[in-house]
Amino acid sequence: MIAILDYGSGNLRSAQRAFATTGHDVELTSDLDVALKADGLVVPGVGAFAACMNGINEISAADVIRQRKIAGKATLGICIGMQILFSDGLEHGAHKGIGMWSGTVSELDAPILPHMGWNTVEITGSSRLFKGIEKESFYFVHSYAAKSSVGLAQAWTTHGEKFLSAVEDGPLCATQFHPEKSGQAGLTLIANWSAGL
Amino acid sequence: MTLSVRIIACLDVTDGRVVKGINFTDLVDAGDPVEMASLYDREGIDELTFLDISASSSGRDTTVDVVRRTAEEVFIPLTVGGGVRSVEDVNQLLRAGADKVSINTAALKRPELISEIVDRFGSQVLVLSVDARRARTDSGFEVTTHGGRESARVDAIEWVEKACALGVGEILLNSMDADGTRAGYDIGMISAVRAVAKVPLIASGGAGALSDFAAALDAGADALLAASVFHFGIHRISDVKSYLSAAGYSIRTPNNR
Repeated sequence: MIAILDYGSGNLRSAQRAFATTGHDVELTSDLDVALKADGLVVPGVGAFAACMNGINEISAADVIRQRKIAGKATLGICIGMQILFSDGLEHGAHKGIGMWSGTVSELDAPILPHMGWNTVEITGSSRLFKGIEKESFYFVHSYAAKSSVGLAQAWTTHGEKFLSAVEDGPLCATQFHPEKSGQAGLTLIANWSAGL
Repeated sequence: MTLSVRIIACLDVTDGRVVKGINFTDLVDAGDPVEMASLYDREGIDELTFLDISASSSGRDTTVDVVRRTAEEVFIPLTVGGGVRSVEDVNQLLRAGADKVSINTAALKRPELISEIVDRFGSQVLVLSVDARRARTDSGFEVTTHGGRESARVDAIEWVEKACALGVGEILLNSMDADGTRAGYDIGMISAVRAVAKVPLIASGGAGALSDFAAALDAGADALLAASVFHFGIHRISDVKSYLSAAGYSIRTPNNR
């Protein structure tokens, strides 16, 4: 079963349906026990960095993400759900993230923001998520990003400057883009992720 | 390796049905927005927009249901606009599965609505739709209402600057002079808005020849919206993308399908 962490986001319907295409049962939940025990946990993004951390803290979900990493259970952060896995964020002032990875999420140095639309990735390390879709485009909507390398495999994208568009770190993975909005390429990434569950 | 130009198809929807005629033969029901959305997705469209032109509240409820069914089947970005008047309207559409919502007249009447929506949901969900035409204003462009029939007595460039300051995440610029003519986008208008907008800019109105799409991009558009040229089968999505790709623009060409 795949659990999608529901901590105040309005729209998780697309995400739920996209992950259901893998054949797994998908449950929206704010129940920490369910989130801890699920085969796979998806952490979607909600609003800005600080608002997202508030949502995580309100249901005390940071510990679940830490425990899952230690236990080797798969977790996937999406968009702001990726950003809050870092130690620090600079959106609307300096804020602490969950700190699974050391690094600062800062504004992209680009003439036009948000970075909105389809962009490609450049992979470093041995990637399981991008198997068969290395040349595809994915849908991004964000103005902030992490820019230093963490994890075992990385994807990089350029908008004004180069930033980290995905991380694979054993059981903990994250994408800055929205796989649930990236058409067939996104569904393939979701299938690649869930194949390991 | 840069951000691709987005090609966006717009569907006018009323009482749960697509209004404009569709010249595709491989559809079971050409009036069904969900099926149309799915077809455009298969054709390689980068994003979809539903414009709700329903006159009644029951028509609007039907649109919310259409958004819900589309979001469950089509996994590309979906913007919904038309008659959005309040934070609650935005909330309802986002919860139904829209990724972005566009506002127009309601923001003209009460600009604070922009900051109210942005404060609650973030800039990235809010598209400002500007129906503009050439006129004797400071910039030479004015905002219109009622489908371009009436002047809003607001300078279009000043309005875009104000809306950007209030936090809109994207501008959808509709040329009411060019709309429906298929004589090309209003290049001067796109350049004038580009000069003041630091958010993504979607050009709309006037798409006809394939070279029109390139001209709008050269003028500074990040994305191109078209309706009739796609609906009537004058160009396939793949024709537009092949043309732009050959001309050197960055285009998404999904291979994995």
